[in-house]
Amino acid sequence: MKLTLPEEELMGSGHLACQGCGATLAMRYALKALGKRTALCIPACCWSVIDGPFPYSALDVPIFHCAFETAASSASGVKAGLEMVGDQETTVVAWAGDGGTFDIGIQALSGAAERNEDILYICYDNEAYMNTGIQRSSATPYGSWTTTTPVKHFKNRPKKDIDAIMAAHRIPYIATASVGYPEDLYKKVKKAKDINGTRFLHIYAPCPTGWKSRPENTVKLSRMVVQNAIFPLYEIENGEKYTLNIKLREKKPVTDYLRLQGRFRHLTEKEIQFIQEEVDKRWERLLKLCEAI
Amino acid sequence: MPGQMHRHGGGSEMKKVIMGNHALSYGAMLSRSQVIAAYPITPQTQVVELLSEMCASKVLDAKFIKVESEHSAMAACIGASLAGARTFTATSSQGLTLMHELLHWASGGRLPVVMGNINRSMAPGWSIWTDQNDSLSQRDTGWIQFYCASNQEVLDTAIQAFKVSEKIMIPSMVVLDAFTLSHTYEVVDIPDQEEVDKYLPAFKPKIRLTPDEPRAFGGLTSPEHYFELRYKLQKDMEKVPALVEETGKEYEKMFGRALGLVEDYQCGDAELIYVTSGTMGFTARVAVDKLRQEGIQAGNLRVKVFRPFPFEQVREVLKNAKKVAVVDRNISYGHHGIFYQEVKSALYGQDHEPPLFGYITGLGGRDVTPSTFKEIAFHALSKTKPEEEIVWIGVKR
Amino acid sequence: MKKPKECEEEMNKKKEAKKIILRSEKEVPLMPMSLGSMWFNKTGAWRNIRPEIDLQKCIQCGICWKFCPDVSISIENEWPIIDYDYCKGCGICAEECPAKCIAMVEEVK
Repeated sequence: MKLTLPEEELMGSGHLACQGCGATLAMRYALKALGKRTALCIPACCWSVIDGPFPYSALDVPIFHCAFETAASSASGVKAGLEMVGDQETTVVAWAGDGGTFDIGIQALSGAAERNEDILYICYDNEAYMNTGIQRSSATPYGSWTTTTPVKHFKNRPKKDIDAIMAAHRIPYIATASVGYPEDLYKKVKKAKDINGTRFLHIYAPCPTGWKSRPENTVKLSRMVVQNAIFPLYEIENGEKYTLNIKLREKKPVTDYLRLQGRFRHLTEKEIQFIQEEVDKRWERLLKLCEAI
Repeated sequence: MPGQMHRHGGGSEMKKVIMGNHALSYGAMLSRSQVIAAYPITPQTQVVELLSEMCASKVLDAKFIKVESEHSAMAACIGASLAGARTFTATSSQGLTLMHELLHWASGGRLPVVMGNINRSMAPGWSIWTDQNDSLSQRDTGWIQFYCASNQEVLDTAIQAFKVSEKIMIPSMVVLDAFTLSHTYEVVDIPDQEEVDKYLPAFKPKIRLTPDEPRAFGGLTSPEHYFELRYKLQKDMEKVPALVEETGKEYEKMFGRALGLVEDYQCGDAELIYVTSGTMGFTARVAVDKLRQEGIQAGNLRVKVFRPFPFEQVREVLKNAKKVAVVDRNISYGHHGIFYQEVKSALYGQDHEPPLFGYITGLGGRDVTPSTFKEIAFHALSKTKPEEEIVWIGVKR
Repeated sequence: MKKPKECEEEMNKKKEAKKIILRSEKEVPLMPMSLGSMWFNKTGAWRNIRPEIDLQKCIQCGICWKFCPDVSISIENEWPIIDYDYCKGCGICAEECPAKCIAMVEEVK
C-alpha cells in the first residue's frame, strides 16, 4: 500500500472538533509537513478549543494560545525569542482562523509581513467567526447566511482578497490550498517551511456546523471549490510571480457547490448568476496574472 | 564629561550627564535585554532610539522588533518571554492603554517582561505632559509598579526590576514622569557591565515554549482551575515587597545606592507628612526643607513601589503621624486620588488613624512646585480634620 | 509502514491517558499549561452512525486513512482499521472511498 502522505501523526485523537471539521484536516496535513520542530501561535479561533482545555493538548508540538489580534505579532516575538536563546531551527507558525487574519488580526499580519518577519502564517479559512457561533467575517463570501447576516440581509460584500493584500507586501511566498487536495497542501507547507521571511498560506477549510452542510461532504466541497474556481489553487512568489497549481480544462458551474450548503439555500437564480459572473471575472484576472511574468 | 570612579562594590563606573529616558535605555542595555519590541510615542521616543542605536552598533546583543503598534509590542514581548528570552519595551499613555488587554496577559501568563512607562496624560485633548492616570489605571492588571524620581533611580530600578520579575515571574513597569524626569538631564553613575552581570545573571526559565518539551500555554481554563491560577499570582505578589527589599539591599552592597519600597524624609518628628510619588516626591523634599526653615515640621513619604502596595512600610512611617496630606497627580473619576484611596485603606483599622487629607494637583502637566506644597501645608495645618473629600490645588475656578 | 504490534503498543500507551485531577493549588502549574494529552477523551461516544469497512471490497488505496479528521483510521498490515473509541461518525471516509466499501450504519448503543 502506498500512502501519499507520511504516516507519522503529530495530532492525536480525542480532540474537540465537530464531526467533519475541515480545520482539523488542515492541521493534520500541515503538521505532517512541518514536523516536530515547530512552535504554533494560535489566537482565539476554533483551534483554541479543538486542541482541548487546560490542562490538556491534542498536539505533539508546543502551542502559545495568544490574544485574538496577535497571531502575527506573537509569532514575531516567539521567533525572536527562540533565536536569542539559541534555537535557529524551530519553525514558528501563526495558525489563525479567517477572523483573526482578515479582520482583527490584519494589522499585526501586515506589520509582520512588511518587516518580513521569519514566520509562517497559516490562515485556515472557514469563512466566518465559527468559534463564537457563526458570525460574518470579511472572509464570508457574498450571499452567505450567518447569524449577523440573516437571510433578509445576507452578506452582500465580496470576500476580502487577502492573497492580493499579502502580495502587495512583497513577501517571498504566498499560496492557497484546500483540504480537498492534501498532497498539494503538504507540498506547499514543506516548501514554505524552508523559505526565510514571511510566508502566507491560505487554506480553505469547510465547517459543516456553520455552513449547514453535511459532515461527510467536507472533502467533496473542498474539491468542488477548486474545480469551479471559487477558490483556485495558486502560488505567488515575491508578490509578482503567479503560478496556477491546478489548471482547469473546464470550470464547473457554482450551482452544485452552493446547493450542498444550507448557508446559500435562500439564494435566488439571479443572485447565483451574479456569483457565477464574479467568479468568472476573478478567474480571468487570475489567469492573466499567471501568464504575465 | 565621562569620568572613572571606583565604588566600594569593586567595579568601576562611568559618570555621564544623560536624560531620564536614556537612563532607562542604559538600564535595559546593562540588563542584557534580548528582545526589544517597541513603538514610538512622545515622550518615550528617546528610550527606544538609543536602544536601537545600541543594537545596531552591537553594544547590545538584542533583536529589536520595530512593531506597528504598542499592542503588537507587548504581544511580541510576551511571545519572546514565553520562548525564554529577556524582554523589554517602553511606552506611554495612549500606548500603555492600548496594551491594556495584554498587560493582563503578561501577568496571568507569569512572564517577567519589564516595561518603562513615561507617565503622560490621557487624551482627549492630546496632552504630552505628565500625570499618573495612565499607569495607575493599570493597577489591577497584576504588574509590579515602580515609581522613580531621579535619573539615577531610573537606571538602578530598571536593573532591579529584571531581577525581581525573573525571581517571582511577574512583569514590572518602571514609571517616569513625562519631561520632568524623562527629558531632564542629570549626572548618572553608569555601573560596570561585569558587575551588573554578577547582580543579574542570565534569564534561564525552567518552563518555556520549546519543541523539546511540547506544551500548550494559555488554553481554555474552566472555573475548575482558573481560581487557583489567580490565587497563586496574588500569593506571589505578596512576596514582592520582601523581594524588593532583599534585591535592593544587594544592589546597595554592590553599587552603593539603596533601592527600597518607600523613602522616609524627615517623617519622624513631622507635624504634617506629605505622601507623594514620582518627581513630585523630590519637589516635596524641597518644600519640607523650606517649611522647616520657617518653623513648620514637615516630612515626606515617597512611595517608590505602588504595586504591590507596601502596606507594612507605609503603616510604619505613618504610625505616629499627626496629619497626613496625600498628594495625587491623578484621579479615579467618581472616587478620589488613587494614592489617597490606597493610603486610606492601608490605615483603616490600624491602632492610629491620623487625619488624612487628599489633594489633587498637577493634572495634564500643570506645574507642581514647592509653592504647591506650601499651599497644601497651610491648608492641612489650618484644619483639625478634612472638611471635604477632595481638595483641588491649582484649578482655575 | 509500522508493524501491527508496534502500532498496538503505541496506541495502548496513548489510550492509557487519564483525566487529570488537580486537587489543590499546589498541584496547579504557575502558568496555565498542558500537562497531558487528549487521548483520555473517547470521542467515539459522540457517534450516531458508524462506518463499517467491507475488507473484501477494499482496494487498499489509503484514502479513508488520509481524510479522517479524527485520526481514527490506522493502517495495520496494509489494511485500514477503524478505532471506534474515537471515530465521531462524520462519514467522510464512506463518502470518499472510491470502492464504496464503507457503509454508515446506525450506532447500536
